[in-house]
Amino acid sequence: MRKRVIFNDKALPYLLLLPQVAITLIFFFWPAAQAVYFSTQIQDAFGLRSQFVWFENFGAILSDPNYLSSIRVTVVFSVSVTVLAIAPALLLSVMADKQIRGATTYKTLLIWPYAVAPAIAAVLWLFIFHPSVGLLGRFLVAIGVPWDYALNDAQALLLVVLASAWKQISYNFLFFLAGLQSIPRSVLEAAAIDGASQTRRFWTIVFPLLSPTTFFLLVVNLVYAFFDTFGTIHALTRGGPGTSTTTLIYRVYVDGRDNLNLGTSSAQSVVLMLFVIALTMIQFRYIERRVHY
Amino acid sequence: MAEVRLGGVTKQFGAVRVIHGVDCTIADGEFVVILGPSGCGKSTLLRIIAGLEQQTSGQVFIGPRDVTLVEPKDRNIAMVFQNYALYPHLSVFENMAYGLKVRGTPRAEVDTRVRRAARTLELEALLDRRPRQLSGGQRQRVAMGRAIVRDPQVFLFDEPLSNLDAKLRVQMRVEIKRLHQSLRTTSVYVTHDQVEAMTLADRLIVMNAGRVEQIGTPLEVYTTPASTFVGGFIGSPPMNMLSGRLSASGDSVELGDTAVALAGAFPTHAGRPIVLGIRPEHMSIGGRSRLSASVELVEALGADTLVHATTGSAKDIVTLRLPGDARVDRGQRLAIDVAPANLHVFDRDSGQRLGR
Ligand SMILES: Nc1ncnc2c1ncn2[C@@H]1O[C@H](COP(=O)(O)OP(=O)(O)OP(=O)(O)O)[C@@H](O)[C@H]1O
Ligand SMILES: [Mg+2]
Repeated sequence: MRKRVIFNDKALPYLLLLPQVAITLIFFFWPAAQAVYFSTQIQDAFGLRSQFVWFENFGAILSDPNYLSSIRVTVVFSVSVTVLAIAPALLLSVMADKQIRGATTYKTLLIWPYAVAPAIAAVLWLFIFHPSVGLLGRFLVAIGVPWDYALNDAQALLLVVLASAWKQISYNFLFFLAGLQSIPRSVLEAAAIDGASQTRRFWTIVFPLLSPTTFFLLVVNLVYAFFDTFGTIHALTRGGPGTSTTTLIYRVYVDGRDNLNLGTSSAQSVVLMLFVIALTMIQFRYIERRVHY
Repeated sequence: MAEVRLGGVTKQFGAVRVIHGVDCTIADGEFVVILGPSGCGKSTLLRIIAGLEQQTSGQVFIGPRDVTLVEPKDRNIAMVFQNYALYPHLSVFENMAYGLKVRGTPRAEVDTRVRRAARTLELEALLDRRPRQLSGGQRQRVAMGRAIVRDPQVFLFDEPLSNLDAKLRVQMRVEIKRLHQSLRTTSVYVTHDQVEAMTLADRLIVMNAGRVEQIGTPLEVYTTPASTFVGGFIGSPPMNMLSGRLSASGDSVELGDTAVALAGAFPTHAGRPIVLGIRPEHMSIGGRSRLSASVELVEALGADTLVHATTGSAKDIVTLRLPGDARVDRGQRLAIDVAPANLHVFDRDSGQRLGR
């Protein structure tokens, strides 16, 4: 039964909604509208005069080799982060779902990384991987591996991928664990009696039943890798060396703040905005249509 | 098909012992019902047979094979769960085919076997549906279907009908019975419903608090209950239990100031406190008996009339099941007659039956 709340006063419900609506308008819609507006403008270097140029900025970014390189970096980065954040989370949650001693402690510990701020997380990773102060970094250098993510493109990308994925594992873990716990035990017992081995049970029963969760996390993680990893990248590599870790969102920052190119930076934001809208729509469509058992 | 044998099976959850040493043999092709009140350990025992629960001690045999340490998947059994436990993401066909596919049965054979089972259970029209698109009764059938396609050595049922409405329950009960008569697969069926137990069972295992109280055919359990627990648990309304004492000669029971003659004598227990069990349907009024009672309440059920009365001597409440046309009024004094052969004598301390 769904509870229906009855308001006698027509104004009250709107009044109660107002704060949320106001926040959304001021912090989300207003900047978004600004971005759309600026994406059609070209400003002089001092921001004093601007000129309406239709879609010229979009044309400019799409023919900019730096932007195209950022797309490539972003694709590699996002896919890697998503895979590396989802697969270990699934494994950990499957293990946590078993009846083990100390399960609560184990779960609590696994949730911690999520509470760590991106900059702090980045510093933690520095302590591990920095070639001269990091534990693992120094070890790698000592055994002769030419480890220096400040110079090596692939190593830099690897580092930001690891740090970003690590932060997201907790979140995925929680969702997978909840998903696992909503699978009735008797269904798995029935499969066991039907003769399926543990591995087989996982792939034929557990994994399909988790597919709504997995799909949801896929989208959330992609969005995370696209938009929420700015802090991590900024603290670890600042997009470098060169542009090897400059993802699309980082380029928005570089072009807008460092290069003071408000027009193309805004055009890039608009492209990202369209992307996330598309992703969200796909998700809603898919979830509405399928996989509710 | 195979016999199932349990030897000294016990089960502890942490420090709590819930099964206290169960020994029994279920013959090949037999339909055995485990009956007992809620929490007595029926499901636990069934799950031990299935291998879903590890016994604390004791052994389980299926056929000649000791399966004590064998995993469920290798026991060649099938189980029907109370909540059906269908695979929600698979169609009815795939649900039934799952166990066969897992075992590497050729595709064509999977198809024939699933279709044959579907025909038996009238599921042919539903093969493409998902479990959530089925009614409770249909889900129940699919669960049965999933069990029978594999042609296992043993069927295990854990209260498979308890989620159905009364009418459907009767119908499925008949169907299960018919299925067993045609397949003749050894079956162990757990329930706390007496009627299900009495109608389905070749033999009953009556359990109480983790112990087997009695094993026997439904009729044996009804006519010669091994303990006051079984007497009180089987039969509706339950058996009347009157506290008394055996006479010095051991051939009659003294209830307060009345003496009731027994069919046989129990000289070894002469003078001991006992419980006299009398089924409501074995009490009639009139005759030469000296057991008198006054009527407290009359329930006319049509076919029968239930009369609740207090005995004059011991102030025990007794229930009589009289023919529907019996004319009895509240406050009336009754002289209750029971054939000596229908009297059950139990030791009052141990609750165990004396004689036979
Ligand atoms: N996993 C468990 N951990 C601890 N105690 C348990 C567990 N499973 C069952 N028990 C206990 O064991 C006893 C027997 O449980 P069981 O489920 O076998 O009862 P049952 O006879 O099937 O009852 P019902 O008719 O209500 O299904 C109960 O007291 C129950 O609380
Ligand atoms: Mg049970």
